[in-house]
Amino acid sequence: MILEGRQKIWSDYQKDIPDDHWYYVRSCIRQNFFPASERMFTHIVKDVLGKDLYETPHHTTCGGIAYHCDTIPQETAMTIVARQFALMTEAGYENYCPSCITSFGNYAEILETWREFPELEARIREDLWKACRKEFNKPKYLAHSSDLIYHWRGDIARRAKKLLINVNTGEPLRVVEHIGCHYAKMFPSKGVGGAEYPCVLAGMIESWGGQVIDYPERRHCCGYGFRQYHVKANRGYSLSNTHKKFESMEPYHPDLIITNCPGCPYFLDRWQYVIACQTGKTYGENGHGIPVLTYEELAGLVLGYDPWDLGLQLHQVAVEPLLQKMGVSYDPSAKYLGLNREDLMKPELPTSIKCY
Amino acid sequence: MNRNIVIIGGGIAGMEATKSLLALGYTPILIESQPYLGGHVAQWHKLFPDMSSARELVDRLRKEIAAANLFLGTDVVSMNRLANGWTLKLSNGIVINAAALLISTGFKLFDAARKEEYGYGIYENVITNADLESWFSGESDWRIPQNPQAVGFVHCVGSRDLKACNSQCSKVCCATAIKQAIEIREHFPFAKVYCFYMDLRLFGKKYEDFYANAQRDYGVQFIRGRVSEVGETFDHRLQVKAEDTLSGKPLKLQLDMLVLMAGIVRNQSVQSISDMAGLETDSDGFLRSSDNEYGVVESGQPGIFYAGACTGPKTVPETVAEARSAALQIHSYLKDK
Repeated sequence: MILEGRQKIWSDYQKDIPDDHWYYVRSCIRQNFFPASERMFTHIVKDVLGKDLYETPHHTTCGGIAYHCDTIPQETAMTIVARQFALMTEAGYENYCPSCITSFGNYAEILETWREFPELEARIREDLWKACRKEFNKPKYLAHSSDLIYHWRGDIARRAKKLLINVNTGEPLRVVEHIGCHYAKMFPSKGVGGAEYPCVLAGMIESWGGQVIDYPERRHCCGYGFRQYHVKANRGYSLSNTHKKFESMEPYHPDLIITNCPGCPYFLDRWQYVIACQTGKTYGENGHGIPVLTYEELAGLVLGYDPWDLGLQLHQVAVEPLLQKMGVSYDPSAKYLGLNREDLMKPELPTSIKCY
Repeated sequence: MNRNIVIIGGGIAGMEATKSLLALGYTPILIESQPYLGGHVAQWHKLFPDMSSARELVDRLRKEIAAANLFLGTDVVSMNRLANGWTLKLSNGIVINAAALLISTGFKLFDAARKEEYGYGIYENVITNADLESWFSGESDWRIPQNPQAVGFVHCVGSRDLKACNSQCSKVCCATAIKQAIEIREHFPFAKVYCFYMDLRLFGKKYEDFYANAQRDYGVQFIRGRVSEVGETFDHRLQVKAEDTLSGKPLKLQLDMLVLMAGIVRNQSVQSISDMAGLETDSDGFLRSSDNEYGVVESGQPGIFYAGACTGPKTVPETVAEARSAALQIHSYLKDK
């Protein structure tokens, strides 16, 4: 890869990201899959960086999953989104930050649709008023939560306790960055770095000392793909997509995968176990898988938080090899203790992929 | 009586028109912004379909127009309408009164880096048709591998592409891709060569034979489908994904080099001239002829004529024919004054 060419594209696709006062909306599913990610995001933004980040318990789904599974029409998703914007307006904010990539894509698509078809926006405003007597302003800025961490990556680097450097070799860790499809593939200008060579996660990796891997199937879907998974008969297709990605990245021996989508870390993590069961093949070192983290979890590790407080014990693929490479100290006996030290009970460990 | 004819643009259209006007007894003034004559053809190696030398054509024309007034590396900085013509100020400070103007400012090649999915400027072995021609002409190029096993050509890069803001066909790329595919096979007889195309638009004399030769005699494989993305493999080859629309199947190939057939787009530098002269541009961004069937070389403004690709993509024979036609039109215009 010619790095100057990539830098040129990165400079072409930068977007305005205000430094403060964000209205934050959580994902439907991330708290179940990776329960500390959003908690760590709000902690970093509010407590570590001292920024204003507002949440409301009245926030609901954006309708994105149903929309992309073809179970609701876009007008329904638009009315749901209009209500979210009304909540933001009532709270006095104009910078909107969703945690979910599909939500981000949904919001971007709806705002663009309204820009192209103002009569549709007028109809949705009328529907929202009839349904719940709410009015709204459209966000002045829309940024995904990974955009914000990208924006503050230097602040995080300055506070870093651990870097993405192998403490045994002194070499940068080799990191695969996987971008959710709904981040910039629909609207390249909405993503930092565009659709083909996004820098939103690559920028974090490089700022925190790691080395980004460019492998042939980098742009390929993680395998989730909504109907590929939610329609049960299609799940083999979901798995084969994930398998294709791992086969493609294998020669580069990645130490870590990070993602910015709710579904991607789940499928890249869980399907490694299924691939190991079906084929006996693992992609990490010595029978391990390749650890898959969210960018908030990685930011938490860089800032020196306890990996078990970050919920890393809930990953299918063992993260211990990564922790050892980064020089993160951890208590193996505390892995399955909850925040209140209550025993969560050690799960039955698989034999096809090495876990602890 | 003022019989000055100013020709703006020294590609083959401007050169051929200069030659014709010299033969008609005029001494035209040819202004070219580059320090050399011949435009894009001067950068090209061979011309289709006869594989004749582009350099020989330009050299021959250069000798034939030696009697004309030539200003190389010179721009027109201002232009004013007079009662009987135009006054032009050049970037070298010279002021010319012209009785007639010929615009032959040509075209630009589409910037292939704008089609980011093809990786031009990102992956080392992705080049353009123009890069390959320079290499055929003897220029060294580190991006071209020593002994490629597989080479791909992508047609319609920036042409017939609404996302690239150019819905028009560039007309010459299909035949150019066939020519270059044949030349690659001549340079690297063991390389497999693939052409990814939407449609093959082979309208000119002997083009169809050219296409048949490429398949029959050179083994070039034509795949009907657009390339969707290009990546780099662990051993620094290119991985190309496409859809073979004839078999209805996705396709993944590993190549050692990918050549992007950058299309023809308007020459932005012509904008200032069209603004100064009050010329209209067409919906495709090129200069608008007074009539696309019968008056292609006429601008619609008295005393201003067009030749070549300033009005849209043209082949070399079309450009030469237009240049001769424009010269006769200018002669007729001046004779009647």
